Amino acid sequence: MGGVAPLLQLDDLHVHYGAIWALKGINLTVGEGEIVSLIGANGAGKSTTLRAISGVVTASSGRICFHEEDITKVPAHDIVKKGIAQVPEGRRVFANLSVLENLEMGAYIRRDTKGIKQDLEDVLDRFPRLRERIGQVAGTLSGGEQQMLAIGRALMTRPKLMLLDEPSMGLAPLLVKEIFSIIEEINREGTTILLVEQNARMALQIADRAYVLETGRIVLDGPAKELARQEEVKKAYLGG
Amino acid sequence: MQDLLQQLLNGLSQGSIYALIAVGYTMIYGIIQLINFAHGDVIMVGAYVALGAALMGFGFIPSLLMAMIACAILGVVIERVAYRKVRPVSRLAALTSAIGVSLFLEYIMMYFLGADIRTYPPGILVGRTYSLGGVLITNKDLLVLGTTLVLVVILQYIIFRTRTGKAMRAVSYDGQAAQLMGVNVNNTVAITFFIGSAMAAAAGILYGIYFNSVQPLMGLMPGLKAFIAAVLGGIGSIPGAMLGGILLGMTESLVAGFGGSMYRDAVAFIILILILLIKPTGLLGKGVQEKV
Repeated sequence: MGGVAPLLQLDDLHVHYGAIWALKGINLTVGEGEIVSLIGANGAGKSTTLRAISGVVTASSGRICFHEEDITKVPAHDIVKKGIAQVPEGRRVFANLSVLENLEMGAYIRRDTKGIKQDLEDVLDRFPRLRERIGQVAGTLSGGEQQMLAIGRALMTRPKLMLLDEPSMGLAPLLVKEIFSIIEEINREGTTILLVEQNARMALQIADRAYVLETGRIVLDGPAKELARQEEVKKAYLGG
Repeated sequence: MQDLLQQLLNGLSQGSIYALIAVGYTMIYGIIQLINFAHGDVIMVGAYVALGAALMGFGFIPSLLMAMIACAILGVVIERVAYRKVRPVSRLAALTSAIGVSLFLEYIMMYFLGADIRTYPPGILVGRTYSLGGVLITNKDLLVLGTTLVLVVILQYIIFRTRTGKAMRAVSYDGQAAQLMGVNVNNTVAITFFIGSAMAAAAGILYGIYFNSVQPLMGLMPGLKAFIAAVLGGIGSIPGAMLGGILLGMTESLVAGFGGSMYRDAVAFIILILILLIKPTGLLGKGVQEKV
């Protein structure tokens, strides 16, 4: 990245959940325009890393910088205003709100009525199935539709950086492909992506770079294509 | 037949007071899963504030508004001081704290204002009775029904048509996801207490006028009944709270009207137990929604 400061930078990040030491010094950077994947087994600390960035969990030590600004202590509801949107694990759409209301919640921090309207149209064009179900309560959507809604809701915040936590979880293979191509598309249109995935094969396919986490530490990192060729990665995460 | 209609009308008035209180219970429960046991006492404080205003010569509407504003602020202060810190630690601790606030309000009022029963000055509402095909309607009934209707419409508007209302509904479903959208959860909780307590204050002045009595423990019974109404309707559901309140009011009135005034309260509690046995989530309660 030669001299240009990364969009997101984590320095020696530690997170504790009570007595559990979840992150043990994470160093990671995400450059503007990149897709970066975090892969690793259950409990490796992938989700915790995202949750620390979005402010939902607080770091016990270390630093999180976004656009060269220290955001380690910024509360979750202000992080999104900085331009970081999270698509949480398990989608977490508001099941009691309609599809439209969910998307409007994405624009909660915004006041530019015109821009919101435009972005809403863009999201509905991108996900025609959401347009069909616009008045429906989100709880009645299928898993794939909920994932689209969760991504659409995050897009409505107009993020510079989108954090995606296990977007493929529980989806049929065809849908997984669709979701991943949507993620690539969003990236091409200028949004930087930090992706957490158990489905390492897919994650490495679309990523520029990747980090491999094991029990709260980064054990490997590098260009995604190179990682995908490494024996240890193949054996542990790509099923041989 | 006339008797029946008369009892139903009385029940409707009383039920709408319960409904106003129950709405506050259910909103607060919906957003922080806390049974706010001090809610009944907010009613009492509202009744006293309105009493003070009425004694100074203010009419019904200004007295109502003053009581609502005072209690809205009281509600926010209660949440800030007594619940916010303990809420994340344990629900039981918050519940205990709520009981403490309840007793505190009751006895502080008793200490400063005495335990005597007071009444609103007659000027606040000159009693009139109208006869409609043999059913007697007092202007107290009209006042209660009218005020409730207006407040419920405003509440529905806030919750379903405004940005704040949307945030409240989002937080009540998933506070953390709402945070990720930029919603300040603490502020949203405060707004919920603000609105719920204002509703309780309105119920307080209506209750005080309807039963012509204001005293420091007056919030206990209606508070408990409204709690029943909220559970009956499905706690967390606003339409449920209204339905529960009105059903409970009517049932009580029917039981009392047909010779069982001694059993009125017993019947209310038996209904609660029966409904919960048959439908534990209440009449309009959705139960725990599956989060995929």
